[in-house]
Formats: sequence, C-alpha cells, structure tokens
Amino acid sequence: MLQDKGEPVPGLEDLYREIILDHYRNPRNRGELESPPAHRVEGFNPLCGDEIVVYLRLDDDGRVDDIKIGGQGCSISQSSASMMSAAVKGKTLDEVQDLTRAFKAMMSIHEQEIGGEGDEADGDDGEAEAAASGDVRLGDLEALRGVVKFPVRIKCATLSWNTLAQGIEEATA
Amino acid sequence: MAAVTTEGPLDVAAVQADFPILGRTVHGKRLVYLDSAASSQKPRAVLDAMDRYYETTNANVHRGVYEIAEQATAEMEGARAKVADFIGAPSPTEVVFTKNFTEAFNLLARSWGGANLGPGDAVVLSHMEHHSNIVPWQILAAEKGFELRWLPVDAEGQLELGDLDRLLDGAKLLAVTAMSNVLGTLTPVRHLADAAHAAGALLAVDACQYVPHVPTDVGELGADFLAFSGHKMCGPTGIGALWGRAELLEAMPPFLGGGEMIRDVRLDGFTPNELPWKFEAGTPPIAETIGLGAAVDYLEALGMDAVREHEVSLTAYALRTLHERFGDRLTVHGPAEPAARGGVLSMALADLHPHDVAQVLDQEAVCVRAGHHCAKPLMRVLGVGATARASLYVYNDERDVDALADALDSALAFFAL
Ligand SMILES: Cc1ncc(COP(=O)(O)O)c(C=O)c1O
Repeated sequence: MLQDKGEPVPGLEDLYREIILDHYRNPRNRGELESPPAHRVEGFNPLCGDEIVVYLRLDDDGRVDDIKIGGQGCSISQSSASMMSAAVKGKTLDEVQDLTRAFKAMMSIHEQEIGGEGDEADGDDGEAEAAASGDVRLGDLEALRGVVKFPVRIKCATLSWNTLAQGIEEATA
Repeated sequence: MAAVTTEGPLDVAAVQADFPILGRTVHGKRLVYLDSAASSQKPRAVLDAMDRYYETTNANVHRGVYEIAEQATAEMEGARAKVADFIGAPSPTEVVFTKNFTEAFNLLARSWGGANLGPGDAVVLSHMEHHSNIVPWQILAAEKGFELRWLPVDAEGQLELGDLDRLLDGAKLLAVTAMSNVLGTLTPVRHLADAAHAAGALLAVDACQYVPHVPTDVGELGADFLAFSGHKMCGPTGIGALWGRAELLEAMPPFLGGGEMIRDVRLDGFTPNELPWKFEAGTPPIAETIGLGAAVDYLEALGMDAVREHEVSLTAYALRTLHERFGDRLTVHGPAEPAARGGVLSMALADLHPHDVAQVLDQEAVCVRAGHHCAKPLMRVLGVGATARASLYVYNDERDVDALADALDSALAFFAL
C-alpha cells in the first residue's frame, strides 16, 4: 500500500522563518496612499481568497517614491508583500524589475524542480541563481526560499510581486 | 482522550476498516481525514464494484446484443434504480446521470432555464450558495436578460426568510442549497418549496451536502429538481445526478447532443430519446455509475438515519470540545445547535489565517480545507476572506476531533499566539 513518500518532511521552520513571522506580525509600509497621484492596483489569489492592494507612487525620475500595502492574506502572502515593499522603496524601476525577476526565479526554478526530480533543498544554490539573475541581492527575501517546498504556497508568495508588476505596467503605460 | 465508542448509532471502528486509505500514514502519522465536504473517501466495496465491472463485464452500454454488454447495461441501470430509491424518486427515469453537481445545474440552467427564462423573469438564489449554483444562472442571465434576486443570510448563518414572498413574487425558480458547505446550515427546504409553489415558482435544490448525510426524500422535501455529486457520498468522482419531476424533464429540450440521447436522426433533424437518456449524450462513465450504485448500497447498509445520528452527536462533541479547549480564541461559523446543522465546521482561530492553520494541521496529518470553499458571496457576508473547514463523515470519530484540537493547539503554539 502507498504510504508516506519516505522523504524527510519539510518542517514548518523551512516555511515560516523567523523573519517571515516578524514581517507578518509587524508588516512594513502597511496603509494607503492618496490615489491619484499614487497608482492603486489589486491582486487576488482566487484559490484561497487572499487579496492585496498595492499603492505605488513614482517620482519624476522613475523611482518608487513611496509604496503602501493593503488587503488581507496568510502569513506568506502578507510577509512577502511587506518585504517587497521594503525592498523596492527608493529603487528605480529597472532595479525593481531586476528584483522581481530574481525573486520569481527563486520561486519558479524550484517549481520546475518539484515537477521533475530531486528537490535539492539544501539551500546552497542561491549563488547560482543570483548570478543567473544578474547579481541581485534578495536580502531578507531569501527567507521565502523555503516556500518552494510547499508548492501550493508559491502563489501566496508571488501574489504581491505580480500585483506590483501589474501596477508598474499600468502606471508607466 | 476520548475512547473510541462502538455503542453509538454506527460501529465506527468497523466503518473505518472498510476504507483502505484510512490505513495509511502521512508524515509518519495516522491520517486524520476531515475534508469529506470536499470529497469523501471510498469504501472497499465501491472500489471492488468498479474493478469487478472492468474485470468481468466491461462493454459499452445500451448498444451490444451480446451477453456482457447486456450485463453492463443492467448494472448501470440497476445503479440508477438504487439512486432513485435512495432519494425517494418515484421512478428511475427521473434520474439523469451527470458528471457531478456542477454539470447537473448547468444542464438545468441551459435546458430548463434556456427554454423558460427571459426578460421580466426572475430567479431567486441565496447568499450561501456554492459558485456552481450561482455562475450558471449569471451566465444565462447575461444572455437572456432575466433578473437574479438574493435571499440573505443572517448572523446565525440561517436564511433570512422575512422577504421571501416579496422575492418570489414574479419569480420562476428558487434555487437553494439544502445544506451549506461552509456553515453546515440545514435550510428549511419544505417551507421554501411551499413558498415557491404558492408564488408559481419551481424549487431546485443543491443537495450536494445533504444526500450524503441526511435521509432524503424528494417528495417530502417538495422539490422540483434536486442534484448532487457521487464523490461526496462514498462514490467515485465523475458521476453525479440530476433528479427532476418527470413532466418537467419531459418538457425540457436536450442539453448536449450526440449519441445515446436520440431516438432518430435524419438529415433534417432529430428526435430525442426518452427520459432519462435524452439528457445523457455520449458514452457514460459506466464504472463510475456502478461505483455510485455500490456507494448507495454501502450507505443504505449503514442506514441513513444512523449516519445522521452519528454526525449530529459527533458534531455536538466537536463543538463542545473546541469551545472547551479554545474558548473565545476559536469561532465556528454557522448554527450553534448540532441538530440544526451538518458536520461542517468552518473555523476562525485567533488571528491566524486559515492557510497557516491548515499548513500546521497538515504536519499533524490532519486534513482540513482552507479557502473560500467556492462561496465567495457568503465569505463577504461573513466578513472573512477564507475559513479553515473541518468536515465530518461516517468514518470520523471522537479521536479525530481530539486530533484536530491538538493540532489547532500546535498552530497557536507555533505562531506564539
Ligand atoms: C453545496 C455544494 N454545491 C455544489 C458543489 C459542487 O460539486 P461538484 O464540484 O462535485 O460539482 C459542492 C462541492 O464542492 C458543494 O459543497
């Protein structure tokens, strides 16, 4: 009879790093911005009902002058949004794009691994990815790496990033 | 820890032994399956019936004159008779097999709705419907220009009936759930039927959470249409049923076109088959239909009165246990009285998000559903984005409820709340 997969169970600590819980309990940049001039964009995770609102204000040089996060969701989507807001504030749109690409690479490379063989979850492939995505430093966001061991939660982690990307697209259109 | 009791209405230990999957472990722990509202587990008897069909009588139905094709047809039509009997339908010809509830209600909307609804008409739904009893009507309303009206839900999770007659005035159909898949609320179906009929409207019942758990008699309920899915009642996925009163089904145009649903096809048109095959185009899911028949046999052998009694007492135990152990930190949405509800427990635990709760529970091999349960309008009424839902069935016992409570404790501890 089919029993356990026999693999070591990814522990909750892999998913819920202390820094994630910190961002969840004390979310950064929570609130609203007057819109306009800020751009307001909503994102939904239709699977689980998480909703996020990103308020994005760009300055004349194309920098993220300010960003605020609203909405509700699980610890992963909320902490990812919080970390994202801290990471992109003050950055140029090019830098934001690099960051987004690096973050999504961290999520999707593992997504493919999960679909295929051997989830080498020993965490030392970070450098390779950083190189692949142009030496972008993910900083705190690295803590979300463990999410990929819990495939259904990847969408929670990427929700705010997809919403931000949509916001930038609309704001610069 | 509660002892496993064998003195209740069901011998739960014996029931558990009938379900092979309950013998497995997850993360090294005993599987505690509390997601039967999404899909139930399957007893050995159902799996065997499907295997036996493939191993001994596999052939297409209603076509061959040879022995095994006759047997396959007889088994499939035998399953229809069992299902009809199980829900108190006057005749098996009133039972139309579909893929699931969703297909059944899309059939109803397309066929009955397409022929009967237009500008100036109205269909009444409630705020606690599953998306599959909302979206088909919205799609059709956009096409045909009829109105959708909504029966609200009160703070206790009951339908608010104060405005029922006004909502039904000029309506052609009332379509409601018999038991909410989020709140467990049992709705007053008979009362709704009488009110609908007095207003000249028909009543269509979403019995997805009802037929698997409560003795069902379509006549006593006063329904005109009633549908459900096999996979929530110990049967396989891929099979469900729409029951309708014969004269209504007779008058309805076919839904899908193709083989099986015709009596004659000419170049200038076709004559539809008789009931129920008029609505069953193409080769049906034969093994699944036979599996559903075996599921009905299984539930009949347990006795639906005993099933209901078991669930009421286990629900009472669960509500009591959760309240004693968590007090104000845990809310169970929906009616407080076990006799007024089914064993569907939608929980809010402290400030924890249901996803996070379900994730910790999974570590303890406790399976619950986190999300909006395909009932987003109801989630808005409740003012939440999602809930963590534990749902009980014939194979659950007090040990499972205790395991749930222990795992909820772990969640609180893990998030340090
Ligand atoms: C009350 C209710 N209605 C409808 C459905 C839809 O059933 P299915 O997905 O099997 O078509 C479900 C189950 O998800 C349900 O619980």
